[in-house]
Amino acid sequence: MNATALKSEDMVVSDFGTQEFVTVHVGDQILGVGVKEIHDVFALSELTPVPGARKEIAGVLNLRGRIVTAIDARVILGLPPRENGYAGVMAVGVEHKGESYGVLVDSVGEVLRLKDSEFEANPINMDAKWKNISRGIYRLEGKLLMTIDIEKLLVQSN
Amino acid sequence: MDELLAEFLTETNEFLETVDTQLVQFESDPTDSETLNNIFRLVHTIKGTCGFLGLPRLQFVAHAGETLLGKFRDGTIDATPDSVQLVLESIDRIKEILADLETTGQEPEGDDSALIGALERAAEGKVDAKPVEAKVEVKAEPEPVAAPDNADAIPVDENGNKWDKDLGRFLKPGEVSLAELEAAFMAADVEEIPAKAEVVEAAAPIPRNPEDRRGGTERRAAARDEDEDGASKGGGVSAQTIRVNVDVLENLMTMVSELVLTRNQLMQMVRNNSNSEFKAPLQRLSSVTGELQDSVMKTRMQPVGSAWKKLPRIVRDAARDLGKKIDLVLEGEATELDRQVLELIKDPLTHMIRNSCDHAIEKPADRAAVGKNETGTIKLNAYHEGGHIVIELSDDGAGLNTARIRDKAIKNGLVSEEQAWTMPDAQIHRFIFAPGFSTAQVVTNLSGRGVGMDVVRTNIKLIGGEVDLQSTEGKGTKFFIKIPLTLAIVSALVVGAKGQRFAIPQLSVVELVSAGGSSEHKVETLNKARVLRLRDRLLPLMSLSGALSIDGAEADIKDNNSTQFVVVMQQAGIMFGIVVDEVFDTEEIVVKPLSSAVSDVKAFSGATILGDGSVIMIIDPQSIARAVGETEEHTSEEADARQKSVKQEAKKDDTESLIIFRAGGEEPKAVPLGVVTRLEDLDVSTFEQSDGKTLVQYRGSLMPIVPADPYTNIKTSGNQPILVFTHNDHAIGLAVDEILDIVEEKLDIEMATDKGGMLGVAVIKGRATEILDVGYHLSNAITDWDKPVKKEEPKNIVLVERNPFFRNLLSPLLKAAGYNVEAVDTVSAALVCAEYQKPTAILADIDEDRSSALRLLEDERTAGAPVVALSGSSEADAQEFAALVRKSDRYGLISTIEYATKKGLAA
Repeated sequence: MNATALKSEDMVVSDFGTQEFVTVHVGDQILGVGVKEIHDVFALSELTPVPGARKEIAGVLNLRGRIVTAIDARVILGLPPRENGYAGVMAVGVEHKGESYGVLVDSVGEVLRLKDSEFEANPINMDAKWKNISRGIYRLEGKLLMTIDIEKLLVQSN
Repeated sequence: MDELLAEFLTETNEFLETVDTQLVQFESDPTDSETLNNIFRLVHTIKGTCGFLGLPRLQFVAHAGETLLGKFRDGTIDATPDSVQLVLESIDRIKEILADLETTGQEPEGDDSALIGALERAAEGKVDAKPVEAKVEVKAEPEPVAAPDNADAIPVDENGNKWDKDLGRFLKPGEVSLAELEAAFMAADVEEIPAKAEVVEAAAPIPRNPEDRRGGTERRAAARDEDEDGASKGGGVSAQTIRVNVDVLENLMTMVSELVLTRNQLMQMVRNNSNSEFKAPLQRLSSVTGELQDSVMKTRMQPVGSAWKKLPRIVRDAARDLGKKIDLVLEGEATELDRQVLELIKDPLTHMIRNSCDHAIEKPADRAAVGKNETGTIKLNAYHEGGHIVIELSDDGAGLNTARIRDKAIKNGLVSEEQAWTMPDAQIHRFIFAPGFSTAQVVTNLSGRGVGMDVVRTNIKLIGGEVDLQSTEGKGTKFFIKIPLTLAIVSALVVGAKGQRFAIPQLSVVELVSAGGSSEHKVETLNKARVLRLRDRLLPLMSLSGALSIDGAEADIKDNNSTQFVVVMQQAGIMFGIVVDEVFDTEEIVVKPLSSAVSDVKAFSGATILGDGSVIMIIDPQSIARAVGETEEHTSEEADARQKSVKQEAKKDDTESLIIFRAGGEEPKAVPLGVVTRLEDLDVSTFEQSDGKTLVQYRGSLMPIVPADPYTNIKTSGNQPILVFTHNDHAIGLAVDEILDIVEEKLDIEMATDKGGMLGVAVIKGRATEILDVGYHLSNAITDWDKPVKKEEPKNIVLVERNPFFRNLLSPLLKAAGYNVEAVDTVSAALVCAEYQKPTAILADIDEDRSSALRLLEDERTAGAPVVALSGSSEADAQEFAALVRKSDRYGLISTIEYATKKGLAA
């Protein structure tokens, strides 16, 4: 529902040559996820670990009657694990091939409209783990925003 | 594709299934006019609809078939197996065309004139007159020349081809005049065709008994042809059933599943609050939900008979092809199960029936020879049992050949030779479910390609079912297929391990026991493997956290004295116990599939949301069974690795597998493992005394029990450990005090002994150990054991073996087989012996000194006697030699020598 709302809004407001992103923080890095790809944003309450699953899979959870697989962006990006467990961690809800996933991040920021002219391809010296899921970089004032390719992130995870 | 066409395909396929079944029924009883009427009506309807849709090929074939059926019905022609075969062929042709039609949406090109011609001639009663021709047609090789000839050349009046004034020409064979077509449209009742292709029968009011809905298809068929005669049971029933799209039902099912979940959640909330005002309404909601769930489930239910419709035809065709006589008996067709399950069970079942026809049922002559009825019977029976449907497939055929399966299993490396011989037959039979397993000596058209039962089991397992079998050689085989009623909602046991909850499908749970501590069930340890003694059986145990490899599980294994919960599970015939920390409750859960990111975790078949809203993983019993088995395999792998390293050492050190035991005194005794057939623990109360000997009835014959040491007494109470040796069908049991160990050790007999029954003393595991002389005991126990089975001219054998142990071990064996043995320790000595003894064969060790053994082959003093290589390993390089035999292979030894001798004579 959320997604359709965002989508239609996007259709109206969207200007030529700009893209909208939701910013999320993982470690010290700001990441951007395309607004259209995000279904919802939620905080974890309960998480069921899946023994034997790959390490980036934090577990499964119940989101309004749906079973959502939680994937930890920290692990995928090769950052140190969370010290305080998963309680209260923010997650970005996305969908891939009809399945629901939650990408666990440290915090969720705001929605930004970014100009295509500020976009740049991945620098060649970027960490392979990062490069694999990055669409490219936006030069913001004083900081860099890496855009995440959700599909790649999930496929990576697969 | 045209909607109308799609609908036509669905319906026609449905009709054809019925026709198949009915024709087979009709063939067995040609006097049954009721059945014939049904068939006629069905074919007639097909023909009519085809005409309406403009499908000329289909129409002509159907018409020709109908004409012949019409003659049957009028009684002008008797239905013979050959003519029924023709009708079946025409139906096959229709099916072929339909299949093409389904994929391309177009009627395929093709010539049916041969078939139509044959049908028409049959309709004129010519099949019986020309049985040879008919036979050719039966083999589905219609004569291309004769038929068109027949069709075109024969004059109008004789052939029955009419002049059609609309077309201005004679009608082609099978063609019908427009006027007739018109009549067919009228007869074909097409107006109530619904819109979608895949439809399932759903009764608006749920029929009160299964019998009611069983006849559904036929009844509907009957209802459509009310203009035809009969159909007394039909009228008006069609009004009570409607067709509903399967998608709608699936959707309904999903929604009800959600409703059940929500109800569970609410119940949980109210349960914690005893004074809630919601209690009463919630109770009502709960019961209504339950009923709704049941009703929706029922709409998905179909009688199992609908999956069996094709079977009579399959059996009939198979019997005909194979030249066998087979009756198919169907029972419990009204038993209902979920249509999804039904779909999935169809193929495995068909495959199994084919197997039964091909392998199980013998040829009529063979059956008569063993005093059985020439006609074999295959019986299918379905019934409810608990939350399951059990389908039994039994035959009165030859039964499984246990020996062949055992050999094959050993050959395929599924089981070790030792294990195979101690296994109960039932367990050996189950090897037919192993991948790539086929004992069929001839691969036939029908089966024997070794993919069969493996695939059957996989398919059945996919739907949470199980398959098992019972077989008696010569009497027949019975398969049991146990499948769950439905897949969507399952009852599960919720357990806890390491603070996490898991659901175990109740279907695979046999029982719950508490073990250890003060409980009567004791947990014991074998090496690292834990087992539970449960009602005289040992149950392998594994902790759930261990099976799921949750971190720290290894360190956490509780000591065997504290009480723990064991969930006894059965999967694919294996019973095992899973140790869990907590047991909560059983709950009805809705299985939700796992996302692809976690679907590679084989331990879980899905996840579910519990009443309290938390997500728990559903354990896949199969993978747990595998995990339990893997530890088994793991240890056997270790053993393999050990054996391999031992083998490598053997090349240098000549090590042997030895059983170490205690008998008469504290000092250990040993005997090579290779010569022991079995280890037994027998109850001494079954021992009997006769002729001053202790005997026991063992595997259908008497086995003498002798003490391994003159100072040992056979026990008088309790169980007696026995080493069983067999030779020439004689078995003897060596009573020992205790079996201590099995070791791989270099055998170096350091001191000979003059004590009877001992070969000498060797140091094993740092202790002086007496090595038992098996031959001595054999000859003591069975006085005639060393008499050759057949009195023959004694044959000379020269045995070249450096190792005194093997010399002493092998010589008595060879003597027992009727050979004169000259055992020497060097090749030079052997050559000397060979010169004056003229041996029939020479046995030479090639591990110790291969190059000198090769000398035997070249030296003329052996006079061309075959040289059999002896080795500790079956993989030794012995291509120059006549044959290779393993030193520990006592059975192989004699037969190899015999083989080599014969080969030598022939050469």
